[in-house]
Amino acid sequence: MRNLALSLSLICLAELVLAFETEDRARFGPDNAEQALKVISTADIGFFEPMITSFLASHPDIAIDYIVASSAELMRAIRDEGHSFDVAISSAMDLQTKLANDGKAQRHSSAVSRSLPGWAVWNDMLFAFTQEPAAIVVSKDAFGDMAIPESRHELISLLRQEPERFRGRVGTYDVRTSGLGYLFATQDTRASETYWRLTEVFGGLETRLYCCSSDMIEAVKSGELLIAYNVLGSYVANRSDRSEFEIVLPSDFTTVMLRTAMIPHNAPSPELSGVFVDHLLDRSHGPDAQPLTHPVIDLNDIEPSVNRIRIGPGLLVFLDQLKKRAFLSEWESAILQK
Amino acid sequence: MTDPLVKGSIRRRLLLSLLAGAAILAIVVYFVVQSVARQVAQESQDNILTASAQSILESARSFGGQINVDLPYSALSMLDSVSDERAFYSIHLEDEFLSGYPDLPAAPGALAGSPAFRSTEFLGEDVRIASVRRSVSTDMGRRFLQVSVAQTLSGQKLTLARFSRTAMGIGAGFFLLSMLLAAIVARSTIRPLHRLTASVSRRGPNDLRPVAAPVPSEMVPLVSSLNTFMNRLQKSLTRSEDFIAEAAHRVRTPLAIVRTKAEIIQRQADDPEIKVALGEMIHAVDDSSRTAGQLLDHAMVTFRLDNLSSEDINLAQLTHDVVERARPMSELKEIDLDTTILDDTTLHGDPILMQNALHNLLDNALKYAPPGASVDVAVTRTPDGARICIRDTGPGFPTGELPSLPDRFIRGDNAKGIVGSGLGLTIVKEVVEAHGGRMETGNNPGGGACVTLHFPSA
Amino acid sequence: MRFLLIEDNAQLADVVVDRLSLDGHVVDHAADLQTAWDFTATSDYDLILLDIMLPDGDGRTFLANHRAKRGRTPVIVLTARSEVSDRVGILDLGADDYMVKPIDFSELEARCRAVLRRRGGEARNILTLGDLGFDSQSGTLNVAGRNVQLRTRELRLFEVLANAPGQVFSKSALVDRLFSFDEDVSENAIEVYVGRLRRHLRDTTVKITTVRGLGYKLETE
Repeated sequence: MRNLALSLSLICLAELVLAFETEDRARFGPDNAEQALKVISTADIGFFEPMITSFLASHPDIAIDYIVASSAELMRAIRDEGHSFDVAISSAMDLQTKLANDGKAQRHSSAVSRSLPGWAVWNDMLFAFTQEPAAIVVSKDAFGDMAIPESRHELISLLRQEPERFRGRVGTYDVRTSGLGYLFATQDTRASETYWRLTEVFGGLETRLYCCSSDMIEAVKSGELLIAYNVLGSYVANRSDRSEFEIVLPSDFTTVMLRTAMIPHNAPSPELSGVFVDHLLDRSHGPDAQPLTHPVIDLNDIEPSVNRIRIGPGLLVFLDQLKKRAFLSEWESAILQK
Repeated sequence: MTDPLVKGSIRRRLLLSLLAGAAILAIVVYFVVQSVARQVAQESQDNILTASAQSILESARSFGGQINVDLPYSALSMLDSVSDERAFYSIHLEDEFLSGYPDLPAAPGALAGSPAFRSTEFLGEDVRIASVRRSVSTDMGRRFLQVSVAQTLSGQKLTLARFSRTAMGIGAGFFLLSMLLAAIVARSTIRPLHRLTASVSRRGPNDLRPVAAPVPSEMVPLVSSLNTFMNRLQKSLTRSEDFIAEAAHRVRTPLAIVRTKAEIIQRQADDPEIKVALGEMIHAVDDSSRTAGQLLDHAMVTFRLDNLSSEDINLAQLTHDVVERARPMSELKEIDLDTTILDDTTLHGDPILMQNALHNLLDNALKYAPPGASVDVAVTRTPDGARICIRDTGPGFPTGELPSLPDRFIRGDNAKGIVGSGLGLTIVKEVVEAHGGRMETGNNPGGGACVTLHFPSA
Repeated sequence: MRFLLIEDNAQLADVVVDRLSLDGHVVDHAADLQTAWDFTATSDYDLILLDIMLPDGDGRTFLANHRAKRGRTPVIVLTARSEVSDRVGILDLGADDYMVKPIDFSELEARCRAVLRRRGGEARNILTLGDLGFDSQSGTLNVAGRNVQLRTRELRLFEVLANAPGQVFSKSALVDRLFSFDEDVSENAIEVYVGRLRRHLRDTTVKITTVRGLGYKLETE
């Protein structure tokens, strides 16, 4: 008896030790629902809630357990700890790709998934349901009647012309701590050498580094920053005070991140997961689409310069330990100017 | 004539053999195309994998004795360029794992400059692995660096499925074409045989000349045998005709002597009993000679029916001739013989047989009708052919026996005392039916027999 | 009438000659084709009776040659062979008629007359009796310039009586001469034909007289 109690407590302890870190958690739908979908996601509840609401409207007998975690924790939960979820949603395209490539996703094919454009689906495993550009965000108040840079070149020129004005008042991702920042940075380097020049300019201006887009947006709003680079445009657009900001989608190229959903290999009820994913895709791409991102950003306007990050094994390259080490050391030497 | 016992068909056998060959070839073509496709698909996949692995290998730099691998973006993205594929890689410095998927097995046997390949299963899916290696110098001395790149096969499977469909199409197309060719070949092979058949069956019944048209060498034995056979048949036919004629001669001449002698004696005798006896004797002689005659007639009719010749017969003319020849007999018997209608009609057939049939009918009518009766012959054109109608005012057919009358050797009940073998109507019926017509026997409403022959239009 | 019988079977030829002689005909007999040619070269015949199978050739050859030489004498073929195969050929070669053995002499007589009648128009032996002309070959009576065609038995009766005018023929003798052996006729039938003949002779000087209890005879006024 004592042994049993001991082993039980050991198991509980093990659960605690291995447990990934969650940031938020909410349950939607009826309490007594026979079926509950367990969704793990990197998106805030507020951002994703409209999707859940619309799903429950058409499936009232299903409950949804929505767990928010960082992309790294999400990866850990699925890959290393073997937790089972019905759907995994992440903005970290590289990690999602890695999960799928490593066999942690199962294939799903439906009428909806087959109607998706080629860039929005990979190997019937990953399905993109948002397109969120990396933007240059500027405070309209602080800029006054200064010309707002429309491209990276203009930004570089502006920063070089008035270094004192921008010193310490430019912000961007700390790519060492932010997965999304790293993704944007590596994709920028693929698209153009301009990134390294810009990063060097940033380095000379004692640029401030952030973990996440929302912090940068707050800093711009408070006047702490004049310019934030590679901020998720959708986050700004979805704010009610979006009119205070100028969201610049660089005209040379705009890197677009795709938020993806996948059905983990150990999903308890894959059919139900499929139904949810199809709802997600239909609402994002279908004829009556109601995207999660605010329509103030319309990629159709800038289609020639849109650089959607391609889902696929290419993304694994920058996850390579050697590659990442080499990239980060180069980035550090550029931005920290040690 | 009995139909030949059919066993198999040369054309069908030829066709089946050709088709069986074509089917086997089509299947072989299918498998060959598929295997070539598989090989090509495999090779192109191997080439991509080699290129990918090679580019990783070439990105390796020795940096102060340390190996630094700057994984090129294209190394992995190229694997995904055609179809969505999962891709894996591993980089080893001898046994030391540097980067990638540590569990990914290497394809054994890779040497510097020559890649090795292997198909296996990795992380739940079939993959193809390419391994390449080269030697690098490190602070531990020269060691070899090995890169393995793997890729799932979904694209290759799609390609193969497409090729398989194409191969199937090629095989099926090949088979269809072969079928067409086989049909043509079989037809043209059989054609000389058809030509021979046609040339033989086009002949008239009495044309027994040897076949002279050129034939392929394979058919020479057949045609020679056919010619020999026809020669023998010709001889045999001539013999049997001669035999029938000879038999008739042999039988009839003595009968003729007996009959004439008896008639002379009867004329000269005074004793009524002797006269009666001689009368009966003459009667018996006539009976047997008539029977012999009709039997021979019937044999000849049967012989001709088997080889029915087809000539245009002017029915009116023919009927007229037969009637005129019977006229002396009718006068002798005081019977009025008349042709009331003689429509101009034509029939295809054997005129000798038709004459014989009509003669038999008239003979019957003149034989059974009493003196003073009349016999009427009419040839009428009808909407669907022609009709010959012979009616008399004699006693008519006994009603109960009408249907069985034309059966061989059956004579009407009322024919007692009249010379005849009963074969007459049988001969008529056979001749009429051989010409596609039919015979109706009946009695006129006013008395007397009526025989109608219906013929289809020519 | 004068007949030429071409027949190789001696026995048959003998009886046929005898039988025809009974009716008052004159018959020459040729046993082969050569003899037949000899006869036709030297004598005229009213009718030729031709057998087909002969020792020195085929009767059809004779027929063909006879026609080629424009021989006018009608030919009746006596055949023992099957009618069917030979008939057409025989008639095509120019035979006037044919008969199948054994010969029914009544039929032969009827056919002879029919053949001669068809030929018609040639010089004939015309028998004259009173004001009556009689062509025995065609069986035609000429009554005051008008031809009367007698039917077979009327003709036979007239012939028998006219060949011996004044001679009395009994009914039974006439039956023998008029009817063939197998016809079952009573002597009364003779009265019918006598009646018919009398009608034909009504306007002439020739009469058929009944000799009561004995028979009939022919007389001219």
